[in-house]
Amino acid sequence: MTTLYTPDHEWLKIEGDVATIGITDYAQEQLGDVVFVELPKVGRAVKKAEAAAVVESVKAASDVYAPITGEVLEINETLGTEPGLVNSDAGGAAWFFKLKIADKAELEGLMDEAAYKAHTA
Amino acid sequence: MLAGDDTQSLKRTPLYALHLSRGGKMVPFAGYDMPVQYTPGVLKEHLHTRSAAGLFDVSHMGQVELRAKSGKLEDAARALEALIPQDIVALPPGRQRYAQFTNESGGILDDLMVTNLGNRLFLVVNAACKAEDEAHLRAHLSDTCDITALTDRALIALQGPKAEAALAKFCADVTTMKFMDVAELTLEGLPCIVSRSGYTGEDGFEISVPADGAEKLATALLDNPDVLPIGLGARDSLRLEAGLCLYGHDIDTTTTPVEAALSWSIQKSRRSGGARPGGFPGASAILSQLDGGTTRLRVGLRPEGRAPVRENASLFTSADSAEPIGAVTSGGFGPSLNAPVAMGYLPAALAVRDTVVFAEVRGQRLPLRVAAMPFVPNTYKR
Repeated sequence: MTTLYTPDHEWLKIEGDVATIGITDYAQEQLGDVVFVELPKVGRAVKKAEAAAVVESVKAASDVYAPITGEVLEINETLGTEPGLVNSDAGGAAWFFKLKIADKAELEGLMDEAAYKAHTA
Repeated sequence: MLAGDDTQSLKRTPLYALHLSRGGKMVPFAGYDMPVQYTPGVLKEHLHTRSAAGLFDVSHMGQVELRAKSGKLEDAARALEALIPQDIVALPPGRQRYAQFTNESGGILDDLMVTNLGNRLFLVVNAACKAEDEAHLRAHLSDTCDITALTDRALIALQGPKAEAALAKFCADVTTMKFMDVAELTLEGLPCIVSRSGYTGEDGFEISVPADGAEKLATALLDNPDVLPIGLGARDSLRLEAGLCLYGHDIDTTTTPVEAALSWSIQKSRRSGGARPGGFPGASAILSQLDGGTTRLRVGLRPEGRAPVRENASLFTSADSAEPIGAVTSGGFGPSLNAPVAMGYLPAALAVRDTVVFAEVRGQRLPLRVAAMPFVPNTYKR
């Protein structure tokens, strides 16, 4: 399994042709206390860079952009009742959605962990 | 880079160094570099204020003194009544009152607190309006009053159920004060103006203190483990749950005090048939709305789902109606309610508790119920 990152602070865990997507610990720290998460509908076809989810803190709403093109296979329903999970376990239990990867070539532009660490340093 | 991002041009309050040392996350606000939150974050800061006590730096706000040239306080009170629809002549010494500067059409130029300090009036106005307010006072009251902007004073709010005990350690007199009482007291050797009021819905105090003693007083208050520093983020969520207006959002020059559901703040003496009816800018519009009603009103709104409905969201009568009937002016998440809360303007006919309206959020229509304010009961010491 490979983990990749976007400059917009999303992570993707790649298993075969499925990408599990969430936001990074750095992103949740910037957002502050998360109080609501809106996820895409299962089956929706999302294009790279399209707003696919919304994460709201006490202060503001922020879009989460689809890092790659694909079809939504599954969403993390737990975030509907426990949005605070994004603060406590951004890189794990608080995954947002899973995409069926449409074009693996889109993964080539993403960062590995070392590059992402440098990006947020 | 945008002008607003240029932190070099931002002003600092006397508590700036304290904010940095306490881990304040600084943001530009009304021309000042202010803490939006500290390490615990907005949610915990909000809840701490409701369960213990929070200390807020509100030194960016304007503090102004009015003294009648005649030496008679009543002359300053009468002069100020020419700019606001409140009764200041009957405001007793040691008491404070909520007021609004109005314009010729009845709109609100700013909202403020007015205190009778016995020999002078003491005003606290919004940071973003303070230059205009001072100019407005000078333009209209210079003949009768000496007007002094107290730029050498800081303002600290101490709010929450443990605020009284925390402040009583410095001056036991505060325990006898009631909501909207004001007293000139010595705290830590500093001459302070202490009011029992605030902007959170909680019991608490606002303390005007000489700028060069502000850090000493704030540090002494923060030595109490019940007292934590609270940023502007929680200040906003606390006042929203308390149903209190934020100038520039819920009220502005296009809203009258009556439309803003602030009629309670206009005393009988200034209304039709009162002892001194009218005589303030926009009186004809405001008095006719007080007598005959208004077409729209500010209301509390409780979204039925979990999604916050924020400022500027359009409001509709149904899930598919085309024309908006109003808009949300403040909205967010209420940590004490663990639910979203909002306020906004609706046609008066719909400003009835439990009426369901719809807000457009990201292309969807979300239901909200008209609700009484405050959303969280206030705990003022009456």
